[in-house]
Amino acid sequence: MHDMPGYDYHIDIPGTVLFDGKQAMKGYALNKMCYDFNKAENREAFKADEEGWMARYGLNEEQKAAIRSRDILAMIDAGGNIYYLAKLAGIFKLSVQDVGGLQTGRTTEEFQQYLASQA
Amino acid sequence: MARILGGITTSHIPAVGNAIQKELYDDPYWKPFFDGYPKVHQWIQDNKPDYVINIYNDHGLGFFLDRMPTFAIGAAHEYRNEDEGWGLPALPPFPGAPELSWHIIESLVADEFDITSCQELAVDHGFVVPMQLFWPGAPNNPDMPRAVPISANTVQHPIPTLNRALNFGKALRKALLSFPEDAKIVVLGTGGLSHQLDGQRAGFINKEFDQYCLENIVHNPEELTKITRQELVKQAGAQGTEFLMWMMMRGALGDEVNEITRNYHIPISNTAAGTLLLECA
Repeated sequence: MHDMPGYDYHIDIPGTVLFDGKQAMKGYALNKMCYDFNKAENREAFKADEEGWMARYGLNEEQKAAIRSRDILAMIDAGGNIYYLAKLAGIFKLSVQDVGGLQTGRTTEEFQQYLASQA
Repeated sequence: MARILGGITTSHIPAVGNAIQKELYDDPYWKPFFDGYPKVHQWIQDNKPDYVINIYNDHGLGFFLDRMPTFAIGAAHEYRNEDEGWGLPALPPFPGAPELSWHIIESLVADEFDITSCQELAVDHGFVVPMQLFWPGAPNNPDMPRAVPISANTVQHPIPTLNRALNFGKALRKALLSFPEDAKIVVLGTGGLSHQLDGQRAGFINKEFDQYCLENIVHNPEELTKITRQELVKQAGAQGTEFLMWMMMRGALGDEVNEITRNYHIPISNTAAGTLLLECA
């Protein structure tokens, strides 16, 4: 988070990357690709040729690597916004709880138990 | 002149749409959530609003980061529900009320709220799930009021302050009360309560903070304007910032309200689900 000094308008909240101008600049190509997944034909095109589709949107190496390894935290570090990434997660058939588990080192069941434990 | 009947808040989790489609009302997981709505249905039947102002946040269907309005107001004849990327069947369009929309836009801009007007606006789960919850079968419900969507940015920081949200609601109230039609209006505030989808802190829920917000929003919303945006993220979770919509709704109701019903349940999907119906005194 210290790669762009002068752009830290925020307090530190552990485990939380605020999606601000800094992240928006970094993640534009990735988020645009994901936004376009609103259309079924774009989802199919990605599934048919992931590399070609990522190149078409100009994703950088960090973003491509995060997608290749299905690494949600790395996608967020690379500027991904969770609302757009959720559309990508849908292509990978990941539920919101799957995504929660993947980011917190829990199985989906453990993540669901964690949610319920806060009642 | 138009009259504001009251305001209703609810979480707008996408999974709710699916549960409605499958009629999981008595399922043990869903029952404590759906039990929060019969009193709302009764109130709507008793009061039959003519218009609904639906204050929600878009999640990447109607707007992208190329142009991200802080506050946007729909001014369309109808609002299409579209595929959000998950291939779920879209609902039929919701009827709009462009004359009321433009009246609100005129009044808000005159009051120096520089909104974005939208003559086309696709609406996502943030808009449609509350409609389905309050008007079963929506939009195909005989009592379905014509709608004006208002969307506030919670996708990208900087987001509006809680104070701005409350003041927006107050300006909205002024606009609605000066609409020259003998009409009954209900205002929705959708989203929240505490939840976080992203990062190592995903799954974070904060019951104590939610209860504090629920308590104060009824009779003491000004108290909540002391919460900074950073603190809101910290206390409510990264997506708990949707509480801004509740503040916008509350501002539109005036000082005195009566609480008709309240429900709170953890968890629905990743979220602490809250419902509140406030009637204008």
